[in-house]
Amino acid sequence: MDIKVLIDLIKVALENGFAYGVLALGVYITYSILDFPDLSVDGTVPLGATVSAVLILQGMNPWLSCLIAFLAGAAAGCVTGLLHVKLKIRPLLCGILVMTALLSINLVLMMKGTGGMSTAALYNSPTILKVFPVGLIPENVNGYKLRIVVVTLALAVICKLLLDGYLKTKSGLLLRAAGGNEQFVTMLARNPGVSKILGLAIGNGLAAFAGAILTQSKSSADLQMGQGMVVIGLASVIIGTSVFRGVRRMKDTTKVILGAVIYAACLQVALALGLPNSYLKLLQALLFVLALVSTDLLDGGLKKSANAKGGR
Amino acid sequence: MLRCEGLLKRFNVGTPDETMLFDGFDFEAEQGDFVSVIGSNGSGKTTLLNLICGSLPLDGGKITFGGRDITRMSEHKRAAMIGRVFQDPQKGTCANLTILENMALADNKKGLFGLTGAVNKKRIEYYRTLLEECGMGLENRMNTPAGSLSGGQRQALALVIANMTDIELLILDEHTAALDPKSSETVMRLTDKLVSGKKITTLMVTHNLRYALEYGNRLLMMHMGRSVMDLRGPEKKNAKIEDLLKTFNEISIECGN
Ligand SMILES: Nc1ncnc2c1ncn2[C@@H]1O[C@H](COP(=O)(O)OP(=O)(O)O)[C@@H](O)[C@H]1O
Ligand SMILES: [Mg+2]
Repeated sequence: MDIKVLIDLIKVALENGFAYGVLALGVYITYSILDFPDLSVDGTVPLGATVSAVLILQGMNPWLSCLIAFLAGAAAGCVTGLLHVKLKIRPLLCGILVMTALLSINLVLMMKGTGGMSTAALYNSPTILKVFPVGLIPENVNGYKLRIVVVTLALAVICKLLLDGYLKTKSGLLLRAAGGNEQFVTMLARNPGVSKILGLAIGNGLAAFAGAILTQSKSSADLQMGQGMVVIGLASVIIGTSVFRGVRRMKDTTKVILGAVIYAACLQVALALGLPNSYLKLLQALLFVLALVSTDLLDGGLKKSANAKGGR
Repeated sequence: MLRCEGLLKRFNVGTPDETMLFDGFDFEAEQGDFVSVIGSNGSGKTTLLNLICGSLPLDGGKITFGGRDITRMSEHKRAAMIGRVFQDPQKGTCANLTILENMALADNKKGLFGLTGAVNKKRIEYYRTLLEECGMGLENRMNTPAGSLSGGQRQALALVIANMTDIELLILDEHTAALDPKSSETVMRLTDKLVSGKKITTLMVTHNLRYALEYGNRLLMMHMGRSVMDLRGPEKKNAKIEDLLKTFNEISIECGN
């Protein structure tokens, strides 16, 4: 593999990697902080994509459509949380239920918004990549899609900083406590269920935001894009936290974004080596297994394994 | 102060294993009482505490606290007036948060958990003095995650945390049982210091008969969901380990030291 191919790989990995990084931040909240394996992400990523695409087609400002996408994802996350907290349904089932319900909701939204189609094309519409202030960045430099990389990087960093800040507030610290020790939160005279719902709302809000970013950077939205998003998010979190485990000064939020970039790069390598596109999801799953197993090996089987966590 | 009237509690309802643990259990504690609760395994001590704290639902009966009926109040609402330390040192603190973060959360028990900074730097000195009272050197490790402390240190921290805001009832369930004799002794002395300082009404379950006799002004012995002995004042003061063992010799109780 010569250097030019390598640079191409990095370039493509960065195009998707930072948007996946936003997704990974969302999954980090549910999976790592709340210890809640949340499958709803497979539904909330395309929800965000659909909501933002449809709203843009209706003439809404693309940035505003991202905000609404975030709120729609947060609402779906609340439903996941309510199913778990109020109806005592197990986390995995809550995710499956919401993901399944969103299949219909996304389809209906898409059909209503596009006049009966199952995809939305934004080639002739404004997106966050075309409007101010992003429009000022050169789109291509020497054939590299500089603009997408800069914008998604900036958005991932902003999300990371906001999340870092939030986790230092009283509400954020209570969220971390709710994931670690529910009884402790109860003894603080707070309902740990409320914290869980809040965490799921933020996590799925970020997932939907990632969907909105992905769809606008590709200038198209389709309903299949949700497939495998849970795996992308979880793998990014696990890869990031295990690869950079030794780096004390690096925050977990930084690690998971880098994990997303590494994961996107791995996928690109495989495709560059000639893997047919149809094997992509299979490869995603295999990479995920690899990430889980390597975490275990690094842990030496001493610590609570990521496997056990995900299998609950 | 605390009154339990005619408590009913069944387990495994509707299965062949259905058991009635409490069948009309009565108990009351006055303001400032320090009640040591002893009894064999399975006599219902933990269940009684769980019912009082609202961790388990009642099948019947009534619980009032300071004249207020709390029978239907949720666990976390009751927790506003209750501090609790569990047998399991993992439960009383949050392992993934530092000592400082644990204390900052507990300090805010009566406040709002909003978007202001979690750790108030001005309070750190106060936290330090609280930790100094434990005599375990915790005040120098405030940025250590609670999960990396020893069992005794975690229990001492849990005890401090449970007492950080003004509580009206302190619930201790074998909180020294998982500790080595020395830490156990330290945590017990800290308990006494905290309780007698603020005159908090306290229920302390223990398997250590010496602690049960040495600390507190009341001693309750439970057996199979009933109270079989309730000593107060001078009766409690003059009781001896032999008396307790005699009353209860058919039940094996681990004798402290
Ligand atoms: N959640 C539960 N389900 C079924 N039985 C229980 C449950 N909790 C307690 N019990 C039963 O109630 C009895 C009293 O238990 P417990 O209150 O834990 O006793 P103690 O704390 O005095 O050792 C035991 O026989 C136990 O089997
Ligand atoms: Mg017990």
